[in-house]
Amino acid sequence: MSKEIHKLNPNNWVKLHADYLYNFAIGRINEHDLAKDLVQDTFFAGLKAMDNFQGLASERTWLVAILKRKIIDHYRKINSNKGKAEVKMNFYADGEREGEWIEERVPSNWNNEIEKQIENEELNVALEKCINNLPEKYAMVFRMKTIQQLETEDICKELEITSSNLWVIIHRARTQLRKCMEDNWFKN
Amino acid sequence: MKLTCDQATTICDKSQYKEATFWEILKLNIHLFVCKKCGMYSKQNVIITKCIQKHKNALNKPTTCLCEKEKEQMETELKTKI
Repeated sequence: MSKEIHKLNPNNWVKLHADYLYNFAIGRINEHDLAKDLVQDTFFAGLKAMDNFQGLASERTWLVAILKRKIIDHYRKINSNKGKAEVKMNFYADGEREGEWIEERVPSNWNNEIEKQIENEELNVALEKCINNLPEKYAMVFRMKTIQQLETEDICKELEITSSNLWVIIHRARTQLRKCMEDNWFKN
Repeated sequence: MKLTCDQATTICDKSQYKEATFWEILKLNIHLFVCKKCGMYSKQNVIITKCIQKHKNALNKPTTCLCEKEKEQMETELKTKI
């Protein structure tokens, strides 16, 4: 069997791949304009890099690889300064009480009809809102792990982070999400 | 053996994805035995996981997509560079 050599045809890129790439991006970065820009950037970068295309991968796989680079760049950007300032602490970071709950973040009792509440169709609106309230970096990793259900290893590779890094992020995302759901949904 | 609440809840979060190790779970359970706050967290964490599972389809569906006009614009901009 001879290997197929793939060719690039930028004239069809938008028609063939824009939706796919957009869906890939929006699953990670839940922001329409940003996802759209990343797709557009991917096409531009693809044009520039056309000479490097060897035809071993399909056009789409090749474009996705470029998009992944764009997503990492974005992740690094939000990871640098901005993201850090927004973190709400749940535990004392140092001192005698290091690692203990900060009083106002301690889980409080939720009302009784939890099971019924889980079934409520409007719950997803509250969840979505709370996830979007997370600092961007946390929301992104949380989405990939929890909603897209990607493997830990794959996320680490994709974002070039370590697994302990990932779990710290998931931990912070979930403690913050818990608090948000408590305030907006489960509290008596 | 002793965990802080921060560490205990980290393990608790990990276990929501079935990725906590045997030792971690053991240490977590010892901690939960004495710590009511983390006990509450642990219980509620399971509820949050259930909520997400239950509403995963709605959460996973992008609320937005590229409309035809946006794609046209993309196409035009791309063509100026080809």
